Amino acid sequence: MATVAATAPASRTRGGRPSPFGLLIANRLSALGLAVLAVIVALVLITPVLPLPDPDVTEPARRLLMPGEAGHLLGTDHLGRDLAARLLWGTRVSILVGLSATLIAALVGSLIGLVAGYAGGTTDSALMRGIDLVMAFPYILLALGIVAVLGPGLLNALYAIAVVNIPFFARNIRGITLGLSRREFVDAARLSGAGHATVLFGEVLPNVLPTIVVTMSTTVGWMILETAGLSFLGLGAQPPQADLGSMLGEGRKLLFNAPHVSVIPGLMIFALVMAINLVGDGIRDVLDPRLKSGALAAPGPATAVRRDRVPDAPSPGTVLTVEGLRTEFRTGDRVFKAVGGVELALVPGERVGLVGESGSGKSVTALSLLRLVPTPPGTITGGRVTIAGADQLAAGIDDLRRLRGGRVAYVFQDPLTTLHPLFTVGDQVVEALRAHQPLSRREAEARAIGLLERVQIPSAAARFSAYPHELSGGMRQRVCIAMALANDPELIIADEPTTALDVTVQAQVLKLLRTLSEERGSAVLFITHDFGVVSELCDRVAVMYAGRIVEIGPTAQVLEAPAHPYTARLIACVPVLGEPGRRLDAIEGLPPPVDRLPPGCAFAERCPVAEPRCREGDIALDALSADRAVRCVKPLRGPA
Amino acid sequence: MWRYVGKRLIATIPILLGLSVVVFAMMALIPGDPATAILGSYATPENVARLNRELGLDRSLVEQYLTWLGNLLHGDMGRSYALNRPVADEVFERFGATLVLAGASLLLCSVLGLMAGIAAAVRQFGWTDRIVTFLVLIGISTPSFWLGLLLIMLFAVQLRWLPASGMFAIYGGGDLPDLLAHLVLPATTLAVVATAVIARLTRAAMLEVLRQDYIRTARAKGVSERRVVYRHAFKAALVAVIPVIGIQAGFVLGGAVYIETVFQWPGIGRMLVTAISTRDLLLVQGGVLVVAASYVLFNLLADVAQTIVDPRLR
Repeated sequence: MATVAATAPASRTRGGRPSPFGLLIANRLSALGLAVLAVIVALVLITPVLPLPDPDVTEPARRLLMPGEAGHLLGTDHLGRDLAARLLWGTRVSILVGLSATLIAALVGSLIGLVAGYAGGTTDSALMRGIDLVMAFPYILLALGIVAVLGPGLLNALYAIAVVNIPFFARNIRGITLGLSRREFVDAARLSGAGHATVLFGEVLPNVLPTIVVTMSTTVGWMILETAGLSFLGLGAQPPQADLGSMLGEGRKLLFNAPHVSVIPGLMIFALVMAINLVGDGIRDVLDPRLKSGALAAPGPATAVRRDRVPDAPSPGTVLTVEGLRTEFRTGDRVFKAVGGVELALVPGERVGLVGESGSGKSVTALSLLRLVPTPPGTITGGRVTIAGADQLAAGIDDLRRLRGGRVAYVFQDPLTTLHPLFTVGDQVVEALRAHQPLSRREAEARAIGLLERVQIPSAAARFSAYPHELSGGMRQRVCIAMALANDPELIIADEPTTALDVTVQAQVLKLLRTLSEERGSAVLFITHDFGVVSELCDRVAVMYAGRIVEIGPTAQVLEAPAHPYTARLIACVPVLGEPGRRLDAIEGLPPPVDRLPPGCAFAERCPVAEPRCREGDIALDALSADRAVRCVKPLRGPA
Repeated sequence: MWRYVGKRLIATIPILLGLSVVVFAMMALIPGDPATAILGSYATPENVARLNRELGLDRSLVEQYLTWLGNLLHGDMGRSYALNRPVADEVFERFGATLVLAGASLLLCSVLGLMAGIAAAVRQFGWTDRIVTFLVLIGISTPSFWLGLLLIMLFAVQLRWLPASGMFAIYGGGDLPDLLAHLVLPATTLAVVATAVIARLTRAAMLEVLRQDYIRTARAKGVSERRVVYRHAFKAALVAVIPVIGIQAGFVLGGAVYIETVFQWPGIGRMLVTAISTRDLLLVQGGVLVVAASYVLFNLLADVAQTIVDPRLR
């Protein structure tokens, strides 16, 4: 819930994990709920010793006094009974009944859940069918039926509410237990000869306890509300006994001449349930953060840009010029410099590979170009991206939108998650067309089928109305490429488009991309971790490491004679067909975390030829020749 | 698609049978001897035995159930002794009124809940989001029966804008505007909790969906943000929200018991409360059964709706 918004800063204490109670208090709304609840509970606990009149003593002469009259703080009811006293005693009853119902439901429900989840098989399905049956009844209706059978009365209402809440516990606990009973520690306990009961209560129960507490804390408010409801209907507490619900029920008859008699107990139920719900949400967020919904921010339409200086406009003649691009992710007070100053330029029709290990910032670079990096947490903090002669980091959302899918198109990695699962692939291609061209639906459909044929999807007209899940991975990626081609882009940004595919399909998709870019003269920025793929497709290659380009040059030259030690190691990792004896060296060590980049060369820690001067100052991307550059103080070889 | 609907339809049969067993068993479990209760001071052993035979109570429970089920399928739910009329007649007459109330509430809570949830998600952490979150918190914590009383005080007593009770005006009523005027307060009251639940869930579902890769794809295609939110994100969020709307049907049908009592709505809920007080158990049995069966059908509708939205389920 959005309570998180208000609470995030406080719950983050540096160093040492805060206690669960600390976390709960740090949640402002939960703390408020806890305070209200504490006041109510304290009042209810000391009720017997408070100087209050007897709640059941009637005094007809002083009936229906307004609050404050004749020493009655909250007035009197239709029999002249003191409302303040009745309110506190009634609250006592309501809380007690609600808590008891919760405990009963938790006990029985958890037991059912534990046994069903642990036993599995027929025991499980028999128990859960029973639970399903209980849930097949509308919530309150079953409680009514039970009260009908048992007869009206507070205790019977308590049982009824407990029974209808058993399924919540049974289902939640069964789910967790089912997962746990396949885990190693449970097997270990079983193999060590422990009985089922010992395993269940000794090993499984302690791990399930948080879920039980969470379910209790989120249902107890409901149960207080519903038992009050039954009393309100006259089916729960019977006179002279009173709970909040029956007070409200009595007050209802006096709605017109003495509204305070029903307003006051209603307010108390409201305050009580709201306080409990706030605390319950807080407990859930602390004990079971996975259930915290909507806590993570959803990205807006474009990445936020916050630049101090804007680089000068580049010379024209390129489809894309990137200067000093910086993109950061901020989580809490850590700043991850995913892209730390990237320079890149593509001329029309050129295919450039951007290569690096995962985490090197190559995808973030690609997404930053049209500001598709999610904000929060991403922010573009510097540089300039020039497309169509304009600085796109300064563009308005409408200009950006025209560019996206128009002059510049994207193809993403996993075609299963990047296509919308609920629309036909044809509709998705049509949408790409109509977002940029004034086509009628019919025209767009014809064009879309043409595009699907272009990307060599067999029987394209029939596949038009297929859903993504009905196509193979390779077919899905072809659909994505068709979408990218829809508006004849000058530049296609392909972010690992073949990584999720089989090797044979990979080759087909690469060939397709190559043919299409040659036919149409589109430039391609191809992001990959695979040098083999680069050598098949790209004219030039740029190697990224820890958010910066460390080497750039014509593909053949770089492959032949890498200048940066990192490039050399990366190339050594590529298996070569027909050389089974070649050692595939993984590069020792890990890239530095981008929130704590060392001074100097980021690769120095892993570099076999590093010297002290590698760890000092900023190392520039120096030109080796007209078309090669390297960010290294001692390049492996001179310019070729 | 239709095959799936057929399958789901068949799958509801065991659920309905299960419901009938539970409802029958509940009544069979009631302590005490019905014949003795009915005969009162005439309960001589001979009379009791004769009445038991007439009522079929001397046979096994299974036999009794099958007879009861057979009668039920012929539309015979027995006779209400308090009202002295067939249970089925009374139940279906009352059920119509409940369906009007519950249907209006369900429509209201779906529309408002979805709108509020989307608005909050799109402006996450903004003021709209905070206001919606606050209202949701109030909504799920408010006792609906109390809210009903407050609304009556405000709109019927103080402002005199709307009628306080009943389904139609006693004199000169009976047309649609009259019904709608009577419907506003109870339907709104009944919808409050469900609206809050649906809004909360819609918000969460939208936020989850807006983080998905296919939303990024839509933006990368140059689709307008409106379309991204209302077409791409909303449709995907709906898959998660529809079953919850189905569940809310149960809360609305159940909650109708309170609201009908507060607003004197002539529905099945108020009938049940009265019948429980007068121990008119056959009437309770019939009422519970019909409402429970309608809930099963509501859930079936939700299932079908979900299948229409999500082709992967077909």
